[in-house]
Amino acid sequence: MFGDYSIGDLGSIFVMQGFAGLILFSVYVLMALGLAIIFGQMGVINMAHGEFMILGAYVTWMTSNLFQSYLPGLFSGYFFLAMMLAFLASGALGMLVEWGLIRHLYKRPLDTLLATWGLSLILQQAYRSVFGAREVGVELPQWMLGSLKVTDSIEVPINGIFVMGLTVSITCAVAYVIYKSRWGRQVRAVVQNRIMAGAVGINTEKVDRYTYGLGCGIAGIAGSAFTMIGSTGPTSGQLYIVDTFLVVVFGGAASLLGTIASAFSISQTQSTLEFFMSGSMAKVLTLLAVVGILMLRPQGLFSLKVRK
Amino acid sequence: MSDEPNKGLQSPLRRKLLMGAAALPLVSILPRPSFGAGPATATVNTTGLAVTDTEVTVGILHSATGTMAISETGSIQAEKLAIEQINAAGGVLGRKIKFIQEDGASDWPTFAEKAKKLLVNDKVAAIMGCWTSASRKAVLPVVEQYNGMLYYPTFYEGLEQSKNVIYTGQEATQQILAGLNWIAKEKGAKSFFFIGSDYIWPRTSNKIARKHVENILKGKVVGEEYYALGSTQFNSVINKIKLTKPDVIFTDVVGGSNVAFYKQLKAAGVDLSKQALLTISVTEDEIDGIGGENIAGAYACMKYFQSLDNANNKTFVPAFKKMWGEKTVIGDVTQAGYLGPWLWKLTCEKAGSFDVDKIAAASPGVEFKEAPEGYVRIHENHHLWSKTRVGRAKLDGQFELIFETADLIEPDPFPKGYQ
Repeated sequence: MFGDYSIGDLGSIFVMQGFAGLILFSVYVLMALGLAIIFGQMGVINMAHGEFMILGAYVTWMTSNLFQSYLPGLFSGYFFLAMMLAFLASGALGMLVEWGLIRHLYKRPLDTLLATWGLSLILQQAYRSVFGAREVGVELPQWMLGSLKVTDSIEVPINGIFVMGLTVSITCAVAYVIYKSRWGRQVRAVVQNRIMAGAVGINTEKVDRYTYGLGCGIAGIAGSAFTMIGSTGPTSGQLYIVDTFLVVVFGGAASLLGTIASAFSISQTQSTLEFFMSGSMAKVLTLLAVVGILMLRPQGLFSLKVRK
Repeated sequence: MSDEPNKGLQSPLRRKLLMGAAALPLVSILPRPSFGAGPATATVNTTGLAVTDTEVTVGILHSATGTMAISETGSIQAEKLAIEQINAAGGVLGRKIKFIQEDGASDWPTFAEKAKKLLVNDKVAAIMGCWTSASRKAVLPVVEQYNGMLYYPTFYEGLEQSKNVIYTGQEATQQILAGLNWIAKEKGAKSFFFIGSDYIWPRTSNKIARKHVENILKGKVVGEEYYALGSTQFNSVINKIKLTKPDVIFTDVVGGSNVAFYKQLKAAGVDLSKQALLTISVTEDEIDGIGGENIAGAYACMKYFQSLDNANNKTFVPAFKKMWGEKTVIGDVTQAGYLGPWLWKLTCEKAGSFDVDKIAAASPGVEFKEAPEGYVRIHENHHLWSKTRVGRAKLDGQFELIFETADLIEPDPFPKGYQ
């Protein structure tokens, strides 16, 4: 397939393809981070993760409408405020859900699967009733559209760079919170041994609620960012849920580093294969590779060392 | 037969209908509705359908919930509008249309079950319904077994024909070939890149398009790619498009993937005012989600655009907006949905009966001159004769009509040489 092309052409295509892989990597990390906290740290199988993301997307849509109507002068910067609002909205809903539903199910982790799946159906119908069944178009400020011309033939999408930057900063923030802060230590203590953590004076209920809220809030930010590349409709969250679980499970549920490594390997495999064969075949081969590796290493790429 | 013609209608409803009639230029010239004055029920209904002296019941069967609700909402709205207008204009054979709406919930077995319920329990005279090919394939054996009549609005892949179905959308050759001919002639296009969602409709459509490009237009297909329904990552295929530099990108990506595809295409610096792109899957409905700025400049090839400039459409669009809100848009399938109840009414009147067998037999040749798309006629094979049009997407989410075929195109669900 490369016979007819000059070296220069090929070179720039490979550079752009490399960027495509990196963008896919950032997207995977961003959507998996929230779940890595909720599923990885708390063991809650959160099937409603996609719906928390879409809440963030709808918040972004509302913010953009608000700015267009009342503050058109500040429209170019609305996206940053929208992401913060998305974090707050999804986080608040997450804490409410934890209080009303999840906290009764910590001793029955498998039941969280069913409960959160039901929750996702309820949320989908709620979005449909409130926002309508049709997809909404989120208008972006002008500077986020188009691409950056690096050379004559190399172009890099601006929203891709934006997603990459966002992913790096959020990942660093989460890593700091979980591994360096006092609260993060408490979270990890509760994860490792809930009863002991309670016995040494940690308010486990509060830790749980905030952890769940944080995970959902990050999902909200991801949803907000994905309005740049994907659709916003009542059921759009379903598009992400499979890939999200894939990344978290493959990486080893309890490890942040694992999530990142797994997002990297899956995204690179997929985008390379996609380039050399058709999209559906690339997906099949990627999934087969993941299944194969999980059969050999059921705990995922990285896992915590614990005494069994 | 009733001796008091208006007894079947409560007066507030009647007043509302009359007001509706006055607001609609299309029907305001027609006589005042007086239900119950039609021919005797025993003569128009010999098979036990839900027909009384003053009412006839039809079913509406679409997904109001689930993933397909995005697309099917427009069809539901159009069918309800058509029914309201028909009632305001005197109903069918002197009877008011009453509808029972069932929700297929984007689940194909549910569609089959609800179709059976409508036919067996409710004894509806006709069903306006289905959207995806999968739902139609699920409902088809049911309408054939219980001898119902289905009016199906979506453009689809063809390769099907049934006594019990009227296909009010275009089949694939009707929709695609004229568009390809136009772009080959107008743009001198020789190389094509196909990209679609991975299911029956895009695959069949692309197969037809490939045969046409290779055998008739003597062009070349430089790539053919399919992505799973719901895919949101198209950067790799966009790079492939950049590498192969096709004259035309030909797309039949559907649903949420559409939004991702066009946003990423724009972000990758593909300028649709320079790179020709022909889509058969993006209507005004989809642009609502994609955003006009992301797709402006692309060509779409289908039979109806909201912006069509003809007298019928000029009464249809305001009536639709009056009923469903100023912001709603009307896409190709929505318009085809609107045709269903009208074609059924005209066929009933031609046959002088509600009996399904008589309607199936009377359908060929039925004309609907007030169709928003212009004029349609039912073919022997239960598809519609219709024109094909090419429109160019504008920033405001509407299409500007660029080209339309001079004549109606004959529907050909089993095209020779394309399989």
